[in-house]
Amino acid sequence: MSFQKSLFIPLAAFLSMTIFLGFGFQLENAKVLPSALIDKPLPNFQLRDLQSGQMLRSASDLIGEVALINVWGTWCPNCVIEHPELLKISREQNVKIFGINYRDNDDEAKTWLRKYKDPYVFSVSDDQGTLAIDLGVYGAPETFVIDKNGVIRKRHVGPLNAKVWEEELKPIVDHLKGLEE
Amino acid sequence: MKFVWVIFVFLASREPLLASIDAYPFPNKELTGRYEELISELRCPQCLNTNLAGSDAMIAQDLRREVHRMLIEGKTNEEVLDFMYYRYGDFVLYDPRFDLKTLILWLSPFLLFIVSGFIWLKTVRTEKETLPWEEEDQKKFNEILESRVD
Repeated sequence: MSFQKSLFIPLAAFLSMTIFLGFGFQLENAKVLPSALIDKPLPNFQLRDLQSGQMLRSASDLIGEVALINVWGTWCPNCVIEHPELLKISREQNVKIFGINYRDNDDEAKTWLRKYKDPYVFSVSDDQGTLAIDLGVYGAPETFVIDKNGVIRKRHVGPLNAKVWEEELKPIVDHLKGLEE
Repeated sequence: MKFVWVIFVFLASREPLLASIDAYPFPNKELTGRYEELISELRCPQCLNTNLAGSDAMIAQDLRREVHRMLIEGKTNEEVLDFMYYRYGDFVLYDPRFDLKTLILWLSPFLLFIVSGFIWLKTVRTEKETLPWEEEDQKKFNEILESRVD
């Protein structure tokens, strides 16, 4: 390489950095953390059932068939946005949805469910956020797909909508259900 | 006098070094030190670039509480970091681990070092290859210089 040619190296380096970073910053999911818990078992827990306020629920209450686990809270505006989609899934699809009421107040949460309707088989009250931490949750809403053995197979960060359901979650749910039969 | 007041108000209103205000009690200085070390080297999962110490996000508060709990339970720093790594992956560690995914991250400085060394060697060699400055060249050079003086 001649000296003159090597003068272009900084320029080439700069251009490749520009392209690299340009793509990097444009990634839609730059804020979405890769899931560390995919293919790992659902962490165990002992949490109060939201509606009864008394009964303790544990991981074994969720395990048995393919199901969705949705992390929500009344303080979370996106949870209101995704709620109609959850209701629709619970009505039209043959899949159970369990709720984790994350860092919330039980009474407010129950009022919220009365107001917006309740798509969950049941919700547990994770007022300290411990189960959320065990699931690697860092915000709400988040939705997990577990298989019949309680292994986490998919995680979606952010609100659900018809597109996310059709393109990201439903194929996995269908696939796992197919394995079940 | 006014000036002194200005300085006083400035110092009094200075932002604290750590944004976290939750005061977790520790039985000894060693644990307090390890707590502060851990929350400064763990990244808040919700924030793009803030450590647990510097964030008021809900998740950061919860994770600080977990770090405190684990230290009180007698866990080692390594166990605390493992706990976070298991749940939140590479993102939470400001000091990323060496594995297949972070290979490029760790090796790129050495790669860049080797490449730049190579370029440097090439450049030095090219400079050596340029013709030596002969007497005649100096004459020519002087002529040109003189002709330029108006």
